[in-house]
Amino acid sequence: MDELIQYGPELFSGFLKNLLLSVLIGFFSLVVGTILAAMRVSPTPVLRAAGATYVNVLRNTPLTLVLAFCYLGLSDTLGLIFSTEVPLTNSFWLAVLGMSAYTSAFVCEALRSGVNTVPMGQAEAARAIGLTFFQSVRLIIFPQAFRAVIAPLGSVLIAMIKNTTVVAAAGYTVDVAAVMRETFDTTGVSIPIFIGIVLAFLVVVLPIGWYTGWLSRRLAVAR
Amino acid sequence: MSSASVLFDAPGRRGRLRNNLLTAVSAVVMLAILVWAVLKLDEKGQFDWAIWEPFLTAEVWQGYLVPGLLGTLYAAVLGAVFALVFGAVFGIARLSDHRWIRVPAGVIVELFRAIPLLLLIFFIWFLAPNVLGSGDYALFAIVLALTLYNGSVLAEVVRAGILSIPKGQSEAGYAIGLRKGGVMRLILLPQGLTAMMPAVVSQLVVLLKDTALGYFIVYTDLLNMGFKTLPSAYPGTKLTAAVVIGVIYIAMAMALSAFATWLEKRSRRSRRTAARPVAVSAVEGPAGGA
Repeated sequence: MDELIQYGPELFSGFLKNLLLSVLIGFFSLVVGTILAAMRVSPTPVLRAAGATYVNVLRNTPLTLVLAFCYLGLSDTLGLIFSTEVPLTNSFWLAVLGMSAYTSAFVCEALRSGVNTVPMGQAEAARAIGLTFFQSVRLIIFPQAFRAVIAPLGSVLIAMIKNTTVVAAAGYTVDVAAVMRETFDTTGVSIPIFIGIVLAFLVVVLPIGWYTGWLSRRLAVAR
Repeated sequence: MSSASVLFDAPGRRGRLRNNLLTAVSAVVMLAILVWAVLKLDEKGQFDWAIWEPFLTAEVWQGYLVPGLLGTLYAAVLGAVFALVFGAVFGIARLSDHRWIRVPAGVIVELFRAIPLLLLIFFIWFLAPNVLGSGDYALFAIVLALTLYNGSVLAEVVRAGILSIPKGQSEAGYAIGLRKGGVMRLILLPQGLTAMMPAVVSQLVVLLKDTALGYFIVYTDLLNMGFKTLPSAYPGTKLTAAVVIGVIYIAMAMALSAFATWLEKRSRRSRRTAARPVAVSAVEGPAGGA
């Protein structure tokens, strides 16, 4: 228990960095994922192919490789540098870049499968009563697709928050996993520290799962 | 679009014109991005034959890539076998009639699903020498952590698969005089298995990708051998090595995913089960994992 109290502040500031990363990555991956999903359902073959290629490449590559590639490939080799003075700031944005790129592929798939859950009959009925394309998307398809997407998006979000522990691969070595490893290296393994960090993640992750599950059941489209 | 779409009607003359215009514009934009990337890479000398040539030599494959790949596959296979056993046991335990089995199983499954995998790997890796005496526990830590995490996800898949079978099936089983064990073994599991297979295989894709976390605890896997050891022996090959091992990972994962899709199609047609296949994303889905 003493170790947890002694290293508590350091671990807590590491955990806050995970949360900050989660917020930023959540924002960027939602934006990029929506654009990708729009590309993948567009009537333009070129855009569909580009979207599908992106999703298949990013989704099937281990996140650790994506992040290490951002760090050693994009930054070291190709010279993509966000901050020349502070290496950690550079790594921070590389981690945001890599994880947003990775997560947006999953966001895209969740959104696309949401659109696919809307039965053809709904769209046909919308056209039959004379709605235009934008009207039918806004009034018929989007409301139903949105409800089907809540639970999968919740899972993507939870996975993303848990994945922020991998950012050390991008050189950002001050997140909670890296701090925990450092602590274990110096003082040996500590069960209270591990339990403390796990509890911190549970407190963030479980309510999101419960809330999105509850919301998707409450809003579920009766078919 | 050839196939019918929820979003779009078959385009008329103006629609076709607009779509063709959009196609042309997007093709130009994509081409511009591609050209820019190629020029940028060329500027940094990434097309030099010197940094690609090593990947055509036997030493690179024999010395680095194949041992790494074998390490990855070894960890993945061990993890998959144990995770499947863990998932089957805990999935069925969660459906038990006895509260003292159901509740602890539920707590364990929910807990391990929520713990970030890397933290679990670190913890086991640092804890093992204290408990089991000194030694190399990299493989042990990866396999155990993969088992606990993916096994918990698989437990949910198993549970969903069994619950997806219509109630009439088990009622019919009880009606002909089977006991609980018999209903599970003869009626629910065989039908549930068909329904849960696609989701199981796509979770195995996640497991395969997660072996790359061995990077952090210097396990000799594809990522470590190909991305840390190899570029230090052949300077300047960082980017090329990333491309090569990326292609290997993607090929393995896509092959498994294609197998899952095939299984799903097959079980959708199958008349041997009364259950619908468990949706791949019904549980935590392939989004989980790093």
